Amino acid sequence: MPDFAPGDVDFTGLAASFVMIVVAIVLSRWNSLGIEKGIVVAVGRALVQLLGIGAALAFILDPERSLVLSWLWVGVMVLFAAVVLSRRASEVPNLFPIGLAAFVVAETITLSVIFGLGIFPLEARVLVPLAGMMVGNSMNATVVVARRVVEELRDKRDEVEARLALGHSSRRASLPYVRSAIRTALTPQVETTKGVGLVFLPGAMTGLILAGVDPVDAVKVQAAIMFLILGSVATTTSVVGFGSASRLFSPDHRLSYIERPAGT
Amino acid sequence: MAELFRFNTVDVIGSSGVRLENVTLAIPDSGITVLAGPSGSGKSTLLRLCNRLEAPTRGSILYRGRDLAFEDPLELRRQVGMVFQKPVLFAGTVRDNLAEADGDGTGFEEALDRTALDASFLDRPAADLSGGEAQRVCLARALLARPDVLLMDEATSSLDGAAVGRLEGLATALAQDGMPIVWVTHDLDQLRRLADQVAVLLAGTVRFTGAVDELSASDDAGLLRFLEGADA
Repeated sequence: MPDFAPGDVDFTGLAASFVMIVVAIVLSRWNSLGIEKGIVVAVGRALVQLLGIGAALAFILDPERSLVLSWLWVGVMVLFAAVVLSRRASEVPNLFPIGLAAFVVAETITLSVIFGLGIFPLEARVLVPLAGMMVGNSMNATVVVARRVVEELRDKRDEVEARLALGHSSRRASLPYVRSAIRTALTPQVETTKGVGLVFLPGAMTGLILAGVDPVDAVKVQAAIMFLILGSVATTTSVVGFGSASRLFSPDHRLSYIERPAGT
Repeated sequence: MAELFRFNTVDVIGSSGVRLENVTLAIPDSGITVLAGPSGSGKSTLLRLCNRLEAPTRGSILYRGRDLAFEDPLELRRQVGMVFQKPVLFAGTVRDNLAEADGDGTGFEEALDRTALDASFLDRPAADLSGGEAQRVCLARALLARPDVLLMDEATSSLDGAAVGRLEGLATALAQDGMPIVWVTHDLDQLRRLADQVAVLLAGTVRFTGAVDELSASDDAGLLRFLEGADA
């Protein structure tokens, strides 16, 4: 392997990478896209946020630091993900506790598998990035499932009420539509897992190879991570899917009125 | 006469405003009671209160003397069957639809027979049925749960003349067999054909209850306008 490590990229190298930003800005002006300012703002925010995170992680991931700090960081990520979910799927009332429960359950299961079965060692530099990947991928999928449950129950209200009128419970009446929503939310992750290595090289594997890790070892790590992410996404979408549906019915099994978004 | 449902000063207020106001009404426990009125008068809301698909904002509703608020809603809906305005069939065959009402698969042919459909319909895709056939499958599905009462919410409004006649005939036969039916319509001719007793709603309030032939004797101006075929 070449004598190189990603840490060899200094600020001069980082500045040199701005060449591609200049290319993007020039293309925007040339094609009259009008997003040059947006690109500059995005680059500025990304730099500030990444440097900030980098400094925080440098502190937390220091081998001399207690692992408690890393667990606290994971806790903050889980809380943040639940807040983002409840805001982006605001049509579901009181979704925050459901989202929190989903992420806590998924993280507990996946981290228990990761560290309990000895897939990776329990160290800060492993815990924080892996937990982050699980939470990040699950968060996006849970927003999709919550929104799809709302759409399904709103658009198929007559079918749901026909089932309720037969004496079905709200859970039984909503089951076909919740299943459809979970399927919709889970499919992208399944397709990503299916296409990995053929269509794209995922970031974790790329980073490991850049760091000088043997590609076969990098592949094994990546595969393990993808399988854990898939399990985490499946868990969180199931909890949030069924939980969202339960929030849209009254205790006496009546479907709440679900407003159509303005402009639709 | 025994009461099937009794509404006591019931209000229903939704996000769009008042849908029912101070409704006090008794529905008899026999025959066909027609709830009539123009669009938006609250008759469907009143019907949906009977199987707790809606809940009152104020007031109480008794079902055969028992307060609906304290009844198990799932058991109530098995006893009080409902057929909706638009035929709602689930994906799959007619058999799949009937199975949603009665999972053990018995009585399917008998239920279809009661709605003048033969057993060959069982394996037909539900999506292939005409409007009239679909509504009869919906009725068969509702009857499979062996309800004591049937609610029909403008069940013929999307059907052609022959299908309307068939469904009205089925309802009349069920009522004569002892099943009380509450039937919602805005069609005055249908009201006169079916009703043993009538309640007319205008703008969320009950303006008349009684026999069909007493309707025209009313001096309520809004009611008379409705009877003449115009919205109140």
